[in-house]
Amino acid sequence: MNITINGKTIEITDGTTCRQLIEQLQLKGPLALEVNKKICPKTKHDQTILRDGDILEIVTIVGGG
Amino acid sequence: MTQQPDALKLGDYTFNSRLFVGTGKYQTFELMQEALQASDCEVVTVAIRRERLLDQQNRNILDFLDQKHYKLLPNTAGCFSAEDAVRTARLGRELLELDWVKLEVIADKKTLLPDPIGTLEATQTLVKEGFTVLVYTNDDPVMARKLTDAGATSVMPAAAPIGSGQGVLNPNNIRIILEEAQIPIIVDAGVGTASDVTFAMELGADGILLNTGIASAKNPVQMAHAMKHAIQAGRLACLAGRIPKKIYASASSPLEGVIGT
Repeated sequence: MNITINGKTIEITDGTTCRQLIEQLQLKGPLALEVNKKICPKTKHDQTILRDGDILEIVTIVGGG
Repeated sequence: MTQQPDALKLGDYTFNSRLFVGTGKYQTFELMQEALQASDCEVVTVAIRRERLLDQQNRNILDFLDQKHYKLLPNTAGCFSAEDAVRTARLGRELLELDWVKLEVIADKKTLLPDPIGTLEATQTLVKEGFTVLVYTNDDPVMARKLTDAGATSVMPAAAPIGSGQGVLNPNNIRIILEEAQIPIIVDAGVGTASDVTFAMELGADGILLNTGIASAKNPVQMAHAMKHAIQAGRLACLAGRIPKKIYASASSPLEGVIGT
């Protein structure tokens, strides 16, 4: 199935959870996740199963004014 | 931190330094660290951006910001709608586990002027969600009133466009905002050098937020040091009560007892 992450569409296996996705993408460091414009808190990464067409934003802290 | 007299109270937080410094535009993370240290600030702003999925070798700025020393204030820079700003604020809260945000809702890329309507909307939404909102706005006293009524913890009028270094362009409006203020007013954006900061503090501002003035100075560490002194000088001068401006002279030495009279 396809999901969009940070504006790019990628293919992932059915039933992937947010936690698994983060591990597959080898994302390290502090991050926050939004699924379809709603925050998916850290505590729910294990339980949240992604669905076809989901739109994700994965963000981190950078310098700014 | 030992609280000093004249500390700045912002919601549940108290700070001895009234200087807030941004973390953007530095040539290196190390230079940023040195400049922040020289400024003696306690609050630094950061931005929220998409994780670069392919590049895992990059260091993260958080490795260079000791959160025991600095309180990180996430901003919603780059958001052109209330909805995006609100989503970004929520992401910032999730990342930092802090309930506060520097709210920016921008109207256009060239001027980076705030969108007053989006700004007000986003303030109302975020206040309802329990955020402590420090809101970037223009120098319109009417906007300042409305944002205060909407529950902002601090109204932050720009001295001049972000990064423009022009200093306080409309001191009259800033004075009016300060006169009517019921909450702390932090002048945010557009200051270029130490005297701009001192001037704003002498008007009565409760604090200053700046980034480019330090980060893009020829010697950022030296400028940060200057800003540290500038904000202290401005605050003390404001509290000390300046002399009035007069048209004619008023001699400082006694008029009597001059020889040859």
